[in-house]
Amino acid sequence: MNVAICEYGAGNVRSVRIAFARLGVEETDDVRNADLAVLPGVGSARAAMDGLRARGHDAALRERFAAERPILGICLGLQLALDETEEDGGVTGLGLVPGRATRLREGRVPRIGWAEVEDRGAFYFAHSYAAETQHATAFSEGVVAEVRYGPLLGCQFHPEKSGALGARYLEEAVSLSRA
Amino acid sequence: MGDPVELGGRYSDEGADELVFLDVKATLDGRRTLVELVGRIAERLAIPFTVGGGVRAVGDAQELLAAGADKVAVNSAALERPALITELAAQLGSQAVVVAIDAEGGAVRTRAGTTDTEWRAVDWAREAEERGAGEILLTSIDADGTRDGYDLELTGAVAAAVDVPVIASGGAGEASHVADALEVAQAALLASILHEDPARLGTLRAELRELGVALR
Repeated sequence: MNVAICEYGAGNVRSVRIAFARLGVEETDDVRNADLAVLPGVGSARAAMDGLRARGHDAALRERFAAERPILGICLGLQLALDETEEDGGVTGLGLVPGRATRLREGRVPRIGWAEVEDRGAFYFAHSYAAETQHATAFSEGVVAEVRYGPLLGCQFHPEKSGALGARYLEEAVSLSRA
Repeated sequence: MGDPVELGGRYSDEGADELVFLDVKATLDGRRTLVELVGRIAERLAIPFTVGGGVRAVGDAQELLAAGADKVAVNSAALERPALITELAAQLGSQAVVVAIDAEGGAVRTRAGTTDTEWRAVDWAREAEERGAGEILLTSIDADGTRDGYDLELTGAVAAAVDVPVIASGGAGEASHVADALEVAQAALLASILHEDPARLGTLRAELRELGVALR
């Protein structure tokens, strides 16, 4: 079992790396062929898409998706899997999942902190945009918290920052990709 | 106060919702926060991690994030050059930018509280938000160390002035203080009462639940 974590040159990817290492999952650079590819969520949308393209991760992720190989998108990583996002004046996403990311309109933005995901418990969120899609599988305070579509599992929260519950979530993502 | 790596790991394991690590005298001593230490603390955490102290440029912040911080807190350098907030938000996203404000009598002080500024806390918080701050970490110098409760007046005024989350800091002595702070702010920071007795974290969380505070 191995995992490829898509670096795109911004933000805290190390936490994701540490979280998978704790689960005893080996890391690989091979985004195309890893058992699981993770698209972490940090930074702004345009910089992230540019970084993905510059490293060829966009093509590798589309290829994986077409071959039904599991992808986990976290936070911005989930938003980038959609067709587009409103962030940075509009950015075209990877187009793996039908839908778009729009700016949060209620409450304090950025929405930062622990929040209940319906029927799942509390997870840590830090975001200003959220997915709008037919393929949502969980909500938190009316916001899309999880998306499942084909081989893609996307979460708006940060499992790598969500304590023991978050670690269990990552463990499930790992065991799904073993199947 | 003990080893920050061990202490941070313990807080993470025992139910802290977030860890804030501030090298408060970094600016005074002219050093940047110890990136290597931040990296070792990050290895022990499964919760959000905010780091501040001596961040003066986007490059400093990027180094901290690469070491495993989720957010950087800026204070003195942002007061000297407010455009720093704008630059950090553009590069890292607002969710990673915390502006720390130390206030005494409603006025902002800088350089670890040693120096006056022209700003009122409410106005500086608003300016910071406009420039892209994702959170305000507000420490009341008046309340800090008293253990008589947070400065609810100051915290309430700042929280009402901005739409980003406000973290109350300074003055925590008991659970009811935290509960009161969470009525006006979105989060409450605890420091010395935990550092002298880390086991207090667990009992405090239980007491907060009894007071009807929703915790994870």
